[in-house]
Amino acid sequence: MEHAEDHGGAAADGPMEQFDITPLIPIHVGGVDLSYSNSALFMTFAVIASFLLFWGAMRQRTIVPGRLQAATEILYEFIADMVKSNAGKEGMPFFPFVFTLFLFILFGNVFGLFPYSFTFTSHIVVTGAMAVFVFIAVTLLGFFKHGFHFFSLFVPPGAPLPVAIGLFPLEMFSYIIRPFSLSLRLFANMLAGHVLLKVLAGFIISLGLLFGWLPFAAVVAVTLLEILVALIQAYVFTLLSCLYLNDALNLN
Amino acid sequence: METEAAKMIGAGLAAIGVIGGGVGVGIVFGQYMQAAARNPSMSDQLRAFAFLGFALSEATALFALVIALIILFT
Repeated sequence: MEHAEDHGGAAADGPMEQFDITPLIPIHVGGVDLSYSNSALFMTFAVIASFLLFWGAMRQRTIVPGRLQAATEILYEFIADMVKSNAGKEGMPFFPFVFTLFLFILFGNVFGLFPYSFTFTSHIVVTGAMAVFVFIAVTLLGFFKHGFHFFSLFVPPGAPLPVAIGLFPLEMFSYIIRPFSLSLRLFANMLAGHVLLKVLAGFIISLGLLFGWLPFAAVVAVTLLEILVALIQAYVFTLLSCLYLNDALNLN
Repeated sequence: METEAAKMIGAGLAAIGVIGGGVGVGIVFGQYMQAAARNPSMSDQLRAFAFLGFALSEATALFALVIALIILFT
């Protein structure tokens, strides 16, 4: 989406403008552009916010938790239950990673909903990097744990030999496509939601005072839907990571 | 100029795929409500599955939308 500005003046104020990456602190190391961009700024915000939430909530620990402590404990137990029920007891060593992933995506999605902010999860580079990392980590884990027995993941249990031979490439393909579907889902949801919000907001201006309230009501409703989508997509990304982890650990 | 027009038509055609996502999301929530009406005690447990199904089926519609956007903006 970085090419949106190539289309001249009309596209510059278009719904794609919000996804432009602008370098805030230019850093160039040996011809490589390592500038601190607005995307990196909001990633820093996400990390700081999740740190502050848990540091602030757990600073004064009490047996009977206060409001903030109870909220963070619910968040923690929600993900812990998800890992335990989907990947089993063996999955729990990976709980810190899954929880970090969840918080990072969650805060990225939620911060992106503030006006004039930037949604780093609406860039496929970011979601793709996370999805490919999960995919490679899970595949290596499967090979370390099971050796070449890991390939039995691609053979459905109880299938007769001719069917299994036919299904093997299909299952393998659906395994290899996983990082694409995982990253595209989060990226496309965030992109589509923010484009929709901007397009509807443009209708408010063009329809004026007389009919402008109609798209305004739609913007309010879509904003509520987007808050829901932001939470669901963070949940779905981590849930699918858990399911992939379960595949690698337990093989079918 | 003709490629521009073809791009617009292509993007419109690619967006047809969103129909499937709409049908899918409708089926997910319709079936969830049917299940909750038949067995109200299970509705809390089923809600998580309903939202998972919503997210998974909505994603297929968004894949079509992404293709449309790629056609428009590249």
